[in-house]
Amino acid sequence: MTLLIAWRNLWRNPRRSVLTMTAIAFASTLLIFMLSWQFGSYETMINASVKIQTGHLQIQAPKYNEDRDMRRVVEKPEEIGKRVSTLPGVAALTFRANGFVLASSRDRTYGAFVVGIEPEREAALSTLKDITRQGSYLAGEDDGQALLGELLAANLQVGLGDELTVIGQGRDGSVAATVLVVKGLYRSGQDEFDRSAIHIPLSTFQDVFSMRGSVHEVVILGDALSRVPEVKKKTREALRETGRDDLVVLDWRELLPGLVQAIQMDLVSGFIFYVILVVVVAFSILNTFLMAILERTREFGVLLAIGMKPERLVRLVLAESAVLTCFGIAAGILFGVLLTGYFQEHGIFIPGSTEILRQFGLPERIYPRLSGLSVTLGPVLVFLITLLTALYPAGRVKRLRAVDAMAAP
Amino acid sequence: MILEFAWRNIWRNRRRTAIILTAVVIGVWSMIFLGALMRGIADQMVRNGIATLTGHIQVHQKGFQADPSIENRIREPGGIRRVLEETLPAKSLWTARVRVPAVAANARHSAGITLVGIDPPVEKDLSFIGQAVRSGRYLEREDPRGILVGEALLHQFETRIGHRLVLMSQDTAGEIASRSFTIVGVYRGEMESTEKAYAFVTREAAREMLKMDGAVSEFAVLLPEEEEAGPVAAGIRNGLSPDSYEVLTWREMLPLVSAVLALYDQFIFLWYVVVFIAMGFGLVNTVLMAVYERMREFGLLKALGMRPLRIVGDVLLEAFFILGIGVLAGNVLGILSTLALKTRGIDLSAFAAGSEFAGLGRVIYPTLELRDILLANGVVFVLGLVVSLYPALRAARFTPVEALART
Amino acid sequence: MNMVECRDVKKIYRQGKMEVQALRGVTLSIEKGAFMALAGPSGSGKTTLLNIIGGLDAADSGTVVVDGDTLAGMGQGDLADMRLRKVGFVFQSYNLIPVLSARENVEFIMLLQGVSPRERRDRALSILEEVGLSGLHDRRPAELSGGQQQRVAVARAIVSGPSIVLADEPTANLDSRTGSDLLDMMKKMNEEKKVTFIFSTHDRMVMDYARRLVLIRDGQVDGDHPRE
Repeated sequence: MTLLIAWRNLWRNPRRSVLTMTAIAFASTLLIFMLSWQFGSYETMINASVKIQTGHLQIQAPKYNEDRDMRRVVEKPEEIGKRVSTLPGVAALTFRANGFVLASSRDRTYGAFVVGIEPEREAALSTLKDITRQGSYLAGEDDGQALLGELLAANLQVGLGDELTVIGQGRDGSVAATVLVVKGLYRSGQDEFDRSAIHIPLSTFQDVFSMRGSVHEVVILGDALSRVPEVKKKTREALRETGRDDLVVLDWRELLPGLVQAIQMDLVSGFIFYVILVVVVAFSILNTFLMAILERTREFGVLLAIGMKPERLVRLVLAESAVLTCFGIAAGILFGVLLTGYFQEHGIFIPGSTEILRQFGLPERIYPRLSGLSVTLGPVLVFLITLLTALYPAGRVKRLRAVDAMAAP
Repeated sequence: MILEFAWRNIWRNRRRTAIILTAVVIGVWSMIFLGALMRGIADQMVRNGIATLTGHIQVHQKGFQADPSIENRIREPGGIRRVLEETLPAKSLWTARVRVPAVAANARHSAGITLVGIDPPVEKDLSFIGQAVRSGRYLEREDPRGILVGEALLHQFETRIGHRLVLMSQDTAGEIASRSFTIVGVYRGEMESTEKAYAFVTREAAREMLKMDGAVSEFAVLLPEEEEAGPVAAGIRNGLSPDSYEVLTWREMLPLVSAVLALYDQFIFLWYVVVFIAMGFGLVNTVLMAVYERMREFGLLKALGMRPLRIVGDVLLEAFFILGIGVLAGNVLGILSTLALKTRGIDLSAFAAGSEFAGLGRVIYPTLELRDILLANGVVFVLGLVVSLYPALRAARFTPVEALART
Repeated sequence: MNMVECRDVKKIYRQGKMEVQALRGVTLSIEKGAFMALAGPSGSGKTTLLNIIGGLDAADSGTVVVDGDTLAGMGQGDLADMRLRKVGFVFQSYNLIPVLSARENVEFIMLLQGVSPRERRDRALSILEEVGLSGLHDRRPAELSGGQQQRVAVARAIVSGPSIVLADEPTANLDSRTGSDLLDMMKKMNEEKKVTFIFSTHDRMVMDYARRLVLIRDGQVDGDHPRE
């Protein structure tokens, strides 16, 4: 009954009620859209980094992640590989080894990283094969062949089929040197990546750098981002069972602390912006709530005089605000979902951002992502602050005295 | 007296005006303050870029930008020196450097870096390195084996001041030259990546090591504040042969930064519009309520012979006053809070890895720019008046008979 | 020439689905300098007639000529000008702008006319003195009694130099003593400044003051009595 009266009271002044609902809807829609955008881009960035660089999980020797010391290796990786790849939730697994060399072509010398990969397994896990644009990808037996980033190749002034001499330091401290032939060139779009690495078959690497069959990283790709913690736990157990718990299991968060923190920063700053916005909206509509009460002072006085309890009146007033707010939020959610859904399909193209997105490994268009969280967080915030706003006028109603109220103009 | 009239009308309902003013003040404050923060971030990127060796303008051998190797060095720098002396505005600073890709190594580690050979006294005022040395000492002209490295590199290589670092790079004969240097100073850069990337030696030491004779890799120019890089660069270009040399401004050398700047311009404007919409609802509602409350009065005014256009003008004037007070207070608050934060800045060390990832420095300093403030004010006033047209037109449409009939 | 000429004026009001014939063909001439009352019960149409003469409302048919202006063809802007320069209004209540003082209320109309600030001030103060309110000119309407408010309204109506003053039940909210004082003052204005006064009223006292009494009933003239 209270709700019915509340509803009818709203429509005494339709224009005012509609304006207020629209303000609330606007705030809700905006928040849903922005949060979906943020979450969507985080997901894209994480997936991009995971696919290009780190995978979801890695098994390494302790401290390797900090100092990248050549000597911190994972021995007998095949055993581990066999055990872990059967775990549920594991989509792909491969091994990698890393070293730093001086690479010389005929005319140039540059420092570069060398990465030993297992070509077939690597292709299932990262995008390296897809981004090989010139020449061809590596095959398992391609001893002595290499893939280069296009920028590095340009710096070294080498093309397909050219030779490259690399000199570095092996696991045992000895000189590691060999001649490589350029088989393919890749381009990821991230300059950092494209000018720093040379990819060769793992067997070649192990040979040249005296690895004695060991690797530096066992890289694991899970089915989905959400399953990673579970897989991490199982992997740890598996390692313990096979007596290899001297090794550490790192997830993508530990491997990409920069990304994680950048996302946190973005969330925090976004939150600040949103709160300020909702507060402005709240003050914006405070007048509406106040007005709707004040212009009925006389009416309230009469109600109190004929015996309505003050609490009941307060509840009525709050019910009005609540109904108004809920309608506004409902409309906001509807529009928010529709708007975001449209862009989730088609993506958003921001002119001038292409270059920047490329460097972070992101595609040209940003796709917002609707989720339970993105659809509810915003409206909840709006609801809370709006209700807080409604408390002030309700408080005034509480303190009304019938006689004074009826005398009001 | 029309002004008096409009002014007094705003204060008829003090609470209502105060509430909408609060919305406007908070809104404008956030426009100015958060706008200054965003501008600060964008500015920081530019300054980082420029200070980290780029400078405002650089002159290279043609092709050096694409392929910064020793092959593309400037073999006869004398001509460029002359042109620079002639065309640069007063108070510009410029220097010539050696810059080559190299490998740094010690017993435990090796990594690819960029070796920079500088003229220490001149470089001091020109790029960040002059103020960045935190321990040990800066380089002197006579420092045949001294090298400055970044803190992050020091840690990466697990070494200390006084220890040796071997540098290897390709020399002019195509051979790999290698030379051992002693770490004399450690610097702190805006970003870790800077510290890991650059190692500084004297220009002479670099030349000697690489057998460069009198050649250099690049000339870097720092212009005084007011000068725009574009026109100056064009002037330099005129004096040099385009087949041999390239003259680049910082925008051309840091396309990413330019793109980010443009993006931030858009973000800031978007924020202004969104905040305005948030307060716009309240503004329309408040003016509308005030107008409806005064229906009889507007009817009376019409009866007295006030033309509809004047009534519209009066309502707009009232809206203008409300906006004016709100904007003024918002501006004052915004500017004060920005200035309060200006010296200390916002410390991002809790998110050190994150800000590194995003290309920000360790501290963000908000930056007030006149055009941002003017834009914010413009948006609020113009859109505010536009939005107030609706209630104003309604006020002018009250027929006196209806209005006055309400006893 | 007469100040006001009405010929067969008709007016219909639509209230929802109901049609009310407010005026069913009123023909009336009012001479210059008249001090007359339109009297009749409520709903008789006297207020409607007053509104039409003042240009606040438009007749559906018939002609109305006020001080030489034919109202039928005039647009909103012209009517506003006419009200500004030729017609003064005194309403039953709510005559004054609440945020302005008495003097400012009187000055306001001259402001609309474009009179210079100094002249406005002088004329306002002088007219307020004439209506007996000289000490109260800085008070706002909320600080004045009903009678005082009506005096300010009259002052404002007069100060603009109109040809006609239309007063719609000006004494309705006043006690008889205050009412008669007000009417005395208005009569004085009429005699001294030769301004035509037309009242709409059902107050006996006002009818007694008037030199001519026109009775309106059911939207038509029902009697026209000169009185001396």
